[in-house]
Amino acid sequence: MTLPTSAGVQRWSTVSAGFTAALAGLIVLLGFAPYLFGENALNNLIQLYFLVMLAIMWNALAGYGGLVSVGQQAFIGIGAYAVVYLSVQHSLNPYLAMLIATLFGGLVSIPLASIVLWLRGGAFAIGMWVVAEVFAILISLDASLGGGTGTSAVLAFNLRYTPEQRLRYTYWAAFVAAAALLVILFLLLRSRLGASLQAIRDDEEAAASLGVRVLLGKCVLFVLAGLGCTAAGTVILAWQLSIPPLGPDSIFGINWSAKMIFMVLVGGLGTFEGPILGAIVLYLLQTYVSSAGVWYGVMLGAIAILVALFLPRGLWGTVQERFNLRLLPVGYRVKGPS
Amino acid sequence: MTLLRVEAIDARHGLLQAVRDVSLDVEEGETLALVGANGAGKTTLLRTIAGSHRPAGGRIVFDGADVTRVRAHKRVRMGIALVPEGRRLFPRLTVEENLLVASAARRKGPWDVEAVLEVFPLLRPLRGARAASLSGGEQQATAIGRALMTNPRLLLLDEVSLGLAPVVVERVYASLAELAERGTTIVLVEQDIGRALAVSTRVVCMLEGRLVLEGPAREVTREQVTGAYFGLARTAGAAG
Amino acid sequence: MNWVNAVIHGILLGGVYALLATGLSLMFGVMRIINLAHGSLALLGAYLAFLLTEHAGVSTYFALIAVLPIALLFGYVLQVTMLERSLRAGELVPLLTTFGLLIVIANLLQYFFSPDVHSLPSGSIGSASWRVSSTITIPWFDVLILGVAIFVLVGLQLLLTRTQLGRELRATAADAETAELVGVNARGVYARATAIAVATAALAGVFYAMRSAFDPFAGPSQLIYAFEAVVIGGVGSLWGTLLGGIVLGVAQTVGAQIDVQYFALAGHLVFLAVLVVRAVAAGGLRRLSFSRTVTA
Repeated sequence: MTLPTSAGVQRWSTVSAGFTAALAGLIVLLGFAPYLFGENALNNLIQLYFLVMLAIMWNALAGYGGLVSVGQQAFIGIGAYAVVYLSVQHSLNPYLAMLIATLFGGLVSIPLASIVLWLRGGAFAIGMWVVAEVFAILISLDASLGGGTGTSAVLAFNLRYTPEQRLRYTYWAAFVAAAALLVILFLLLRSRLGASLQAIRDDEEAAASLGVRVLLGKCVLFVLAGLGCTAAGTVILAWQLSIPPLGPDSIFGINWSAKMIFMVLVGGLGTFEGPILGAIVLYLLQTYVSSAGVWYGVMLGAIAILVALFLPRGLWGTVQERFNLRLLPVGYRVKGPS
Repeated sequence: MTLLRVEAIDARHGLLQAVRDVSLDVEEGETLALVGANGAGKTTLLRTIAGSHRPAGGRIVFDGADVTRVRAHKRVRMGIALVPEGRRLFPRLTVEENLLVASAARRKGPWDVEAVLEVFPLLRPLRGARAASLSGGEQQATAIGRALMTNPRLLLLDEVSLGLAPVVVERVYASLAELAERGTTIVLVEQDIGRALAVSTRVVCMLEGRLVLEGPAREVTREQVTGAYFGLARTAGAAG
Repeated sequence: MNWVNAVIHGILLGGVYALLATGLSLMFGVMRIINLAHGSLALLGAYLAFLLTEHAGVSTYFALIAVLPIALLFGYVLQVTMLERSLRAGELVPLLTTFGLLIVIANLLQYFFSPDVHSLPSGSIGSASWRVSSTITIPWFDVLILGVAIFVLVGLQLLLTRTQLGRELRATAADAETAELVGVNARGVYARATAIAVATAALAGVFYAMRSAFDPFAGPSQLIYAFEAVVIGGVGSLWGTLLGGIVLGVAQTVGAQIDVQYFALAGHLVFLAVLVVRAVAAGGLRRLSFSRTVTA
């Protein structure tokens, strides 16, 4: 029996090639945004970028690694406070501080991984939440960082840059961070490690029995998510300039995790495009509905419930399944004889 | 009367077609042996009959009623009981508790804890023992007993001899024979062709999802079954 | 520094946590659902009792008796309408549903009740305490809560071990598919488990509201402690939840003795330590290696 010659495994399809090209074009366009768009648009885009960053990182952990973390806000907080510490107390250039802070966050995630990756399932989820609370408390005990009543980096930025410059540079920082994370994740998923990660997510035991390095895969994802969420934290700080006091809207607050859960599950867990879509949805809701006060929250919650009930694979997940559509070539397609 | 009618059942395992267009009837009171190699689709077929697997096509008719869309627990209440492959006892419940859970089926009949312990006296001293601590044979006895507690009209058994010592298998089959004598309709999946032929009234063989042989146990020879089992009866030149 | 007083208060605090955590433990143990809305459901119970005490003029304890059956029904309906579907859709989907529920409840409460802070009257027992010695004072109300927590746990334990529902619950928690194969209606079991969980949440909510002030956004604040109690005690064990609550409570009060700011931190650190030690002991050294290959 001979195999039909038109069968095979392909990575790219015409659709994905076309879409990736369009996406590359869009990315280039967005890079020039400060020259093309006004202040309002730039502010909005920055917010969108950090939401995207958070969404794809949470998805990397939960959707690809099977690690549900309700505590990534630990890194967001580290990112924000580290920038304040470096730029205010040590007079470092704030954008340089953002880079160093991001690396610091990634560094912190390594020993943290050795503690928390022993945990499974619900214990891991709650464990990460507790870790975030521990970080929040430790920082609040440090009077030089504001002692839990909040702090700001206003001076660090405004002494060096005009508001227009700050907006522009912050925009580029956010843009580069978000784009870098997308590219890293894309390459990771296309690599051998990426394939093994998806195997781990589907069935850890089976994957291990095939020689897949389970712990290594999870470590890589955890550190990447640490880096990414820290970077998002630095962007948030650069954008809002101040850190609110500890409380429900805290930089270490559970609200961030809630947003990540919303974005990823509404967009489509485990897909590449889904979290981005989810971030856009949340961003639109935040921008246009948040003035409705109580009803914003009700609407947010109602959307979450409705999506969970009727589109459990998320918006993108449902589309992907229905139309067998992959816009970005992160997977393999087996093509049978036509 | 025909107790169970399986009509053109198609069942999938993910993307794989496990059962292809299988139709068969089971008369009340008979013991049907379902043989076939691993992966032939026997377990999937049994699970489809019991209700824990949804068929892609076809119908299951039990005692005249179409149960294709009926959930498993309701089928149990109608009288279908499955002893699943690997026994699947509730590990942290005791033997007695495992048996008592099955009284959720709320069917009237002669079976209760005492009756089960009479058929399987080896379980008597183990009443309060956790299921996880039992040996293979004891677990199998408990699993069968648990299915019996639902007072089934149709008892489905999936590879009850798997992993058991021959002596234990003897005892299990002796009790099955007793059940058959009492009038319970039995469908049993069995790898051991000899045993299958010995205990059943009718035998069917599955290969790659299809039924390839069917006949009364007394008339079908061992060679015929073996041939069907391995697909040796197929004509030469067909795609391998 | 009064360690004995601290420890006693910690144990009593453990009772408070255990009462809130019981429902969480039940839902996670039976259905693997992490109910993010659990604190909000407790809060709903408190607000319902509030309505009754304010407008019907009854005592809180009487209101409690009225709230419980409503909570049971609410939990049943919740499972049947929303959580059941979410569970079937995927393991993580209930996270989204319960998150949605949390937000909806908090915002609706704010709309109907205003963001004001309230508190429920706790009667004479609320302020009474037993002055054991010059350094040790035991508030009776906390003893009551511990008593209620133990009562609920004993009740649930009896339910699980002595009744048919309990057996069906345990069987379904172990292996839902096989439970269905022996005639157990898994969905009905789940619905009853959630009903009980929500009722205990409402019970906890009312007691919390008697103990301290509450507002529409108080739902999630104690939730982390409840989760910690469940996880420390070991998921799936009801008595473990009480033990976990006590370990947490004592860690917190002892930490607060050292420095008031260390209250929560002490609890969190003990939580992490217990978890890691347990995971390492269970997993053994096998997981230390970076490559995992199957041994014969």
